[in-house]
Amino acid sequence: MTKAMTGAKMVVQALVDQGVEVVFGYPGGAVLPIYDEIFQQNQIKHVLVRHEQGAVHAAEGYARSTGKVGVALVTSGPGATNAVTGLTDALLDSIPILVLTGQVPTFMIGTDAFQEADTIGITRACTKHNWLVKETDKLGQTLHEAFHVATSGRPGPVLIDIPKDVQFATGKYAQKTQMETHYQPQVKGDLDAIKELALAMATAKRPVFYTGGGVVNSGTAASQLLRELVEATNFPITSTLMGLGAYPASGENWLGMLGMHGLYEANMAMHDCDLMINIGARFDDRITGRLDAFSPKSKKAHIDIDASSINKVIHVDIPILGDVAHVLEDLLKVWKANGRKTDKEGLSKWWDQINEWKKVDCLSFKQEGKIIKPQYALQRLEALTKKYDRYITTEVGQHQMWAAQYLGFEDPNRWMTSGGLGTMGYGHPASIGVQMAHPDALVINIAGEASWLMNMQELGTSMQYRLNTKQFILNNERLGMVRQWQELLHGERYSSSWSESLPDFVKLAEAFGAKGIQCHDPDALDDAIMEMITYDGPVLFDCLVEKHENCFPMIPSGKPHNEMLLGDADTKGAIKAGGAVLV
Amino acid sequence: MSPLKLKKGASSHSAYDLKTPFSDTVERHTLAVIVENEPGVLARVIGLFAGRGYNIESLTVAEIDHTGHLSRITIVTSGTPQIIQQIKSQLGRIITVHSVNDLTVEGPSVERELALLKVTGKGDQRIEAIRLADIFRASVVDSTLESFVFEITGTPEKIDAFADLMRPLGLQEVARTGVAALSRGPDAHV
Ligand SMILES: Cc1cc2nc3c(=O)[nH]c(=O)nc-3n(C[C@H](O)[C@H](O)[C@H](O)COP(=O)(O)OP(=O)(O)OC[C@H]3O[C@@H](n4cnc5c(N)ncnc54)[C@H](O)[C@@H]3O)c2cc1C
Ligand SMILES: Cc1ncc(C[n+]2csc(CCOP(=O)(O)OP(=O)(O)O)c2C)c(N)n1
Repeated sequence: MTKAMTGAKMVVQALVDQGVEVVFGYPGGAVLPIYDEIFQQNQIKHVLVRHEQGAVHAAEGYARSTGKVGVALVTSGPGATNAVTGLTDALLDSIPILVLTGQVPTFMIGTDAFQEADTIGITRACTKHNWLVKETDKLGQTLHEAFHVATSGRPGPVLIDIPKDVQFATGKYAQKTQMETHYQPQVKGDLDAIKELALAMATAKRPVFYTGGGVVNSGTAASQLLRELVEATNFPITSTLMGLGAYPASGENWLGMLGMHGLYEANMAMHDCDLMINIGARFDDRITGRLDAFSPKSKKAHIDIDASSINKVIHVDIPILGDVAHVLEDLLKVWKANGRKTDKEGLSKWWDQINEWKKVDCLSFKQEGKIIKPQYALQRLEALTKKYDRYITTEVGQHQMWAAQYLGFEDPNRWMTSGGLGTMGYGHPASIGVQMAHPDALVINIAGEASWLMNMQELGTSMQYRLNTKQFILNNERLGMVRQWQELLHGERYSSSWSESLPDFVKLAEAFGAKGIQCHDPDALDDAIMEMITYDGPVLFDCLVEKHENCFPMIPSGKPHNEMLLGDADTKGAIKAGGAVLV
Repeated sequence: MSPLKLKKGASSHSAYDLKTPFSDTVERHTLAVIVENEPGVLARVIGLFAGRGYNIESLTVAEIDHTGHLSRITIVTSGTPQIIQQIKSQLGRIITVHSVNDLTVEGPSVERELALLKVTGKGDQRIEAIRLADIFRASVVDSTLESFVFEITGTPEKIDAFADLMRPLGLQEVARTGVAALSRGPDAHV
C-alpha cells in the first residue's frame, strides 16, 4: 500500500520502518523540513553532534558495535563536505552507514546557490553508492534501497542527497516490502571450490587461518562457525586489526594479530605456512609487506564476498566467492563428511614450531622507574576492565597498535578502529555512537593526545546526552607514530612531530562539565583507572606516558615477514633461533 | 556479474583462467557493460578508470533499452591479465552495473567502428581519394568541389589504415565513434 506524505515525513517513516533508533546529525537550511519532522515524533532519537565528521564516525561506531546500519543527517554544502572523511573511512573499512544530506531545491541546482555543493560528484568515489532524489515519489524506494545496498554483499557507506523542495512536496511513499532492486550479491560459495579447500585442509602440514573484518561483517553466526572450525581442526589462527574478536583472544589456537605491528608468532606462521586460509581479509599492504616475499611456500585459499578483493595483489589458488558464514557452514559440512581428517603428526610439529616462536615473547617490556610505559597502561587497563561489558574504540597511531596488542577481545563487534583510512579523530565520536547503542556498557576510547584533539568538541555531545564514555589518552606529547618513523627512517629529524601548547586536559574536561583525571605515577595508575571506570559520567583521562617509546614488533615497509624488528635486546638469542630476523 | 565465473560452455578462449594471472603481458580486451541508464552512471564508470589508473582506449555508450532504462557501454581497455580481472571485478561492484561481459574471452565477437573523414584536394589527389574510398567501401556523405566527407565502417584497424592513406591526400579532420561490439552466435548479453 502506498501512502501519500511529504518527502521529509518519508525520511522519518522509512527510518522507522527500517528499525532505526538513533540518528546522528547537525541541522542547516537544506534539512530543516526533516528536522521539523524529527521534532514532531518520538520513535527516533536524534543526537546533535558538534561537527558533521563526528556524526559520521558516531554512525560508524554505532554500526560496527551493533551490526546495524548507522545513520547520519547533515545539511547541504559544508555539512556534506564535512561528512566526506567519515564516508571514506566507512568505505575502506566496509562499515554500513547511511548519510542523508540536504540539497538546494532542484530548480536551483547548478546555479552556485547558497550552500550548494555537488555532493553526488564529491561523494561518488567515497560511497558504495549514492543517489540524488529529484522526485518525492521516488524517495521511499530510494531510502529502502539504500539500506539494502549498505548491508548486502560487502557492506559500505551510502548517501542520499535530498533537495529541499523534494522534502516539502507530497508524494507516494513506497513501503519497505515494495522495494525493487537488481542488486543481489552471491552469498553461497562454489561447492567445488569448498571441496578443494576441505581436501587441502586434510593434508596440510603447516596450515594457518588468516581472518579479517569480513568475519565481523558477516555477523555473529560467522564468528561462531569460525570458532567451531578452529576447534575442530586445531589449526592456528591469526587475524587482522579489523577482525579482532571474531575468534576469542583467550582461545587456545590464537596467535594474536598479524601484520606490520602484529605478533612475531603470527607473522612467522604466515611466512612459513603451507596452507593459508584467508577468511574475509583483503591482503592489505600492512599484512603482506614485500609482495614477492609474502608467504612464499604456501597454497592460498581466499573466502571473500567481493570479487575485486580476490587476486587483487596476491595470487590465490582456491578462490571462494561468497559470504563467510555461508561458506564456513558448507566447509564444515564437507570437512566433517570427509571424516574430519587432518595431518595430526604434521600439525603437532607445526605447533611445536609455533610454540618456539611464542617463546620470543615479542610483547614483553619492562615497567621500571617513575614513568608510565604506554604498554603498561594498557596492560593495567585490560586487567581492570576485562570483566566489564566493554567496548573499545581507538584513535590512530602508536596507542592504536598497542591497544590491538595488549587488549584481548573475546567477541566480535567489541573493537572499533579506523584501519583502512587511519583517521585520526575517529575514536572519540565513534565511542559516542557505541555508547548510544549500548548505554550501560563501559565504552573506552583509547587515544593519543594529538588524535583526540582532532574531534575533542564531541565531549559536549557526551555531556548533553549523558553518555558515560571514557576517553583514555596515552599522552606522549608527540605525534608518536610519525615520530617513530622519523626516528627509524629519517635520521631522527623530528619534523613537526611533537604536540606543542597542549591544553590542560583536566581543566578542559571540567570546562565541558566532565571529569578530568591525570595520572603520571605507575603506582597510582590502578586507582586512577578504577576512578575513571566507576565515575558516573564522561571522563577525560590524561595518562602521561614515556615520550619516546616505540611500537614493536614492526615490519618495516617493503620488508618480508621474517625480517621483523623486535626492538628489544633481550630477545636476541631467541631471534637467531627463529631464522633471519633483523633486530 | 561475477567475473570469477566464466560462462559454462565458453569456447577455447575461456582458457584465460589457465594463464598465469600475474603475468606481465599486456592484453587488449573489449568489455560490454550493461548499465542502468541513470544520470551519473557514465561518471561512475569513468571515475573508476581514472581513480584506479586503468587505461581506456575507447569508450562508447548509448541507450539500448528505453523501457528497461538500460544502456550499453563498450570499453576497450588494456592491461595485464590481473589488471583486466580487477577492472571487471571493480566494474561489477558498481551498483548500477547489471552485467560485465568480456567479449575478448567469452568467445568470438565482432567489433565495428564508424568514422567520418574530411579530405580536401584537387585534381589527381581527389581522384586517388575516391579510388581508395571505393576499395575500403567508404561512402561519400558530403562533397564540394574541393572536399569530401567519407563515412567508413569497420574494425578500428581498418579505419586507422584508411586514415593513414588519406593523410597525404589532404585529410583535414576525423571523427570516430569508438568501438561497438557484440559476441557472435545466438547468445545475448543483457
Ligand atoms: C597505523 C596503522 C597501522 C596498522 N597496522 C596494522 C597491522 O599491523 N596489522 C593489521 O592487520 N592491520 C593493520 N592496520 C590496518 C590495515 O590498514 C587494514 O585496515 C587492515 O589490515 C584490513 O583488514 P582486513 O584485511 O581484515 O580487511 P577489511 O578492511 O576488514 O575488509 C574486509 C574484507 O572482507 C570482505 N568481506 C566483507 N564482508 C564479507 C562477508 N560477509 N563475507 C565474506 N567476505 C566479506 C571484504 O570484501 C574485504 O575484502 C593498520 C592501520 C593503521 C592505521
Ligand atoms: C587525519 C590524519 N592526519 C594525519 C595522519 C598521520 N598520522 C598517523 S599517526 C599520527 C600521530 C598520531 O599521534 P597521537 O594521536 O598522539 O598518537 P600516538 O601515535 O602518539 O600514540 C599522524 C599524524 C592521520 N593518520 N590522520
